[in-house]
Amino acid sequence: MTDLLAIETPTGAADAVAGVRITPVDAVGLEQRAAALCTRSIKTSSKAAALDLAIRVMDLTTLEGADTPERVEALCTRARHPDAVDWSVPSVAAVCVYPELVPVAAEALAHSAVAVASVAGGFPAGLAPLEARLAEVAWAVAAGADEVDIVLNRSAFLSGRYQKAYDEIAGAKQACGSAHLKVILETGELGSYDQIRRASMLAMVAGADFIKTSTGKIGTSATPAVALCMAEAIRDMAEQTGRSVGLKLAGGIRTAKQAWHYLVIVGETLGPGWLTPERFRLGASSLLNDVLMQRAKLRDGRYQRREDYSVD
Amino acid sequence: MAPVGDFDLEYAAAPESTAPVRLASQYGLFVGGEMVEPAAGRLAPTVNPATGEALAEVSVADAADVDRAVAAARTAWEGGWRDLPGAERAKYLYRVARLLQERAREFAVLETIDGGKPIRESRDLDIPLAAAHFFHYAGWADKLDYAFSGRRAAPLGVAAQVIPWNFPLLMAAWKLAPALACGNTAVLKPAPTTPLTALLLAEVLRDAELPPGVVNIITGDDAAGAALVAHPGVDKVAFTGSTEVGRAIAAEMAGTGKRLTLELGGKAANIVFDDAALDQVTEGIVNGIYFNGGQVCCAGSRLLVQETVADTVVGKLQRRMDTLRVGDPLDKNTDIGAINSQAQLDRITELVASGVAEGAELYTPECVLPERGFFHAPALFTNVSTAHRIAQEEIFGPVLSVLTFRTAEEAVDKANNTPYGLSAGIWTEKGSRILWMADRMQAGVVWANTFNRFDPASPFGGYRESGYGREGGRAGLLPYVELVA
Repeated sequence: MTDLLAIETPTGAADAVAGVRITPVDAVGLEQRAAALCTRSIKTSSKAAALDLAIRVMDLTTLEGADTPERVEALCTRARHPDAVDWSVPSVAAVCVYPELVPVAAEALAHSAVAVASVAGGFPAGLAPLEARLAEVAWAVAAGADEVDIVLNRSAFLSGRYQKAYDEIAGAKQACGSAHLKVILETGELGSYDQIRRASMLAMVAGADFIKTSTGKIGTSATPAVALCMAEAIRDMAEQTGRSVGLKLAGGIRTAKQAWHYLVIVGETLGPGWLTPERFRLGASSLLNDVLMQRAKLRDGRYQRREDYSVD
Repeated sequence: MAPVGDFDLEYAAAPESTAPVRLASQYGLFVGGEMVEPAAGRLAPTVNPATGEALAEVSVADAADVDRAVAAARTAWEGGWRDLPGAERAKYLYRVARLLQERAREFAVLETIDGGKPIRESRDLDIPLAAAHFFHYAGWADKLDYAFSGRRAAPLGVAAQVIPWNFPLLMAAWKLAPALACGNTAVLKPAPTTPLTALLLAEVLRDAELPPGVVNIITGDDAAGAALVAHPGVDKVAFTGSTEVGRAIAAEMAGTGKRLTLELGGKAANIVFDDAALDQVTEGIVNGIYFNGGQVCCAGSRLLVQETVADTVVGKLQRRMDTLRVGDPLDKNTDIGAINSQAQLDRITELVASGVAEGAELYTPECVLPERGFFHAPALFTNVSTAHRIAQEEIFGPVLSVLTFRTAEEAVDKANNTPYGLSAGIWTEKGSRILWMADRMQAGVVWANTFNRFDPASPFGGYRESGYGREGGRAGLLPYVELVA
């Protein structure tokens, strides 16, 4: 419970770390509560707004070795106007790419409300030399990234070297400058909800603007219980320090129904104040089409063909 | 100050359809395998507590009806049920369990409209668990010779079973399944305010082709219940309800040779240590006291929280209470439904007023209660002393009293400082402390890091003024058998 007390911080920040209390997590109770929240049903009139919100908080993501500038440009076009024929559909929150493609995305998204997000810091393992990782963060920001998604050093965290894990995140925060920092915990590798809660608190006190579940590069990613666990950590952080940290859920989110469940979990745990792109994101690639299909279904009363939507 | 978002999550009114339920306008008594008219022809309405409207009229049994029912049970017992091989009795119980599952939705809706509990609970807990009890005891029926080593378990005869209104079908299952598995016959009397699922169960028993008279179900007022337990033709009495009535029954049974089990009131302590998983604790406290609107004999109505985390826990609780949804019990999003009756609502209101008058501090979230029906907002009292009525008396409503403690010894003293002893909850991440505490709790059920969990294999019952005898599991067979060499 007090393991973060050992962390040394730059002058002034010490109290913020020492004052933060880490509560254990009971796995059975957590999963029961998450399952119960997934049985809530949303009002039909609220459904359209919920679908629009799911789009507005979406980080449209492509993180493939085979990514091309053309592919990123196409994604950016979709990000601005997700539905080519229905311009009432809001734009997504951000497009998330590898650093080398940041200039392409920055140009394609210039003069739009859509932010450019870049993974950096040795994504997805975070095991490159620290200097190289920090340089990569700074490079991405210089190239036009508004938001940077880095990974927690699981090697340091899981072996108990919390100071090292903390320092690296704090360093990345500094390298980010005014850009927003999202810290990916890769919850599927952390082994327990207790560890997820501890990592959440560590990332938040180290300066993360957002904490994020997963890279999408391993089998296990966001689940309702993990989302609830991290939301409870964020709630504790806000209660204890007054700082509102955002939550990004990523990996395996493919259907509008899943997105609803996450909206409910975040809304009931953190309150409506978190249901905004400033504090909540869904990282996804294939989710958009399902949301658009559900949206069209609400509008027209029938489903469209899958072929009517572009795949990228 | 919570930041303001730009989207408000609104849940749909998601009422469960009442289509599966076909209500008759009048119901008779289930005696000797048939629905019969009460001797005196007296009827009384049963009311939907969420609307205050009458659902149907049910029979009010009198002494003559009780005679008839007990005689039918006796005839059935002597006429073959007691000599039926266990495996044959099991077949009927399995059949009942499966029929309950098949008609689960109908039972759940009926339970909710007659009793007021949220459909989420009747659907997910009451009905599945009732079926599970029949399955469980069906499994015991042919293994009684091996249940008590070296001794044979002989049936007692006719069991008189009087059950409460808070878990109507589930309590019927808790009573009937072990009685029948052990080779007894039964006369069951449901509570006056919640007779309908028991009467639907009568239909299921008939469909299961249970021999006539093995189970008889008589509805009626408290006088009918009194006549049943006092009937000389009864060999065993099982009662679940208030301590006051239980005490009167015990006095009356004295010297009659009838076997008696009582499951009475409670004032359970939910004990939270400062190392516990506080967010799950919050859910556990909510589930402990607001489940079924707190109308649960084992409800965690006294929260004992370690001083160091008391403010944190109360803060989390209040925040969570703000999100509880009180209203239409048929709505799938409803967390707290209707209070069972006007009388119960009056009692809760009176005790809450006493808490305020005695100086405790009341917190209740802003929530709009339906205009019709019997509803009470969830309530939380802080600054409670052990001498306050709200800390001593069983409220049987959505009202939680918070007390604090410093040491584990103090927690034990305060937890046991009640005439009751039905259940207790312990919340800590430290395993050795769970065992240390559980050893010292004078309570029949101790939950660790959870609350209000039930399983047919797990015995349930009380200490002291919470009664005696166990229901569930192997221990639940004992009240229905005579052990012979």
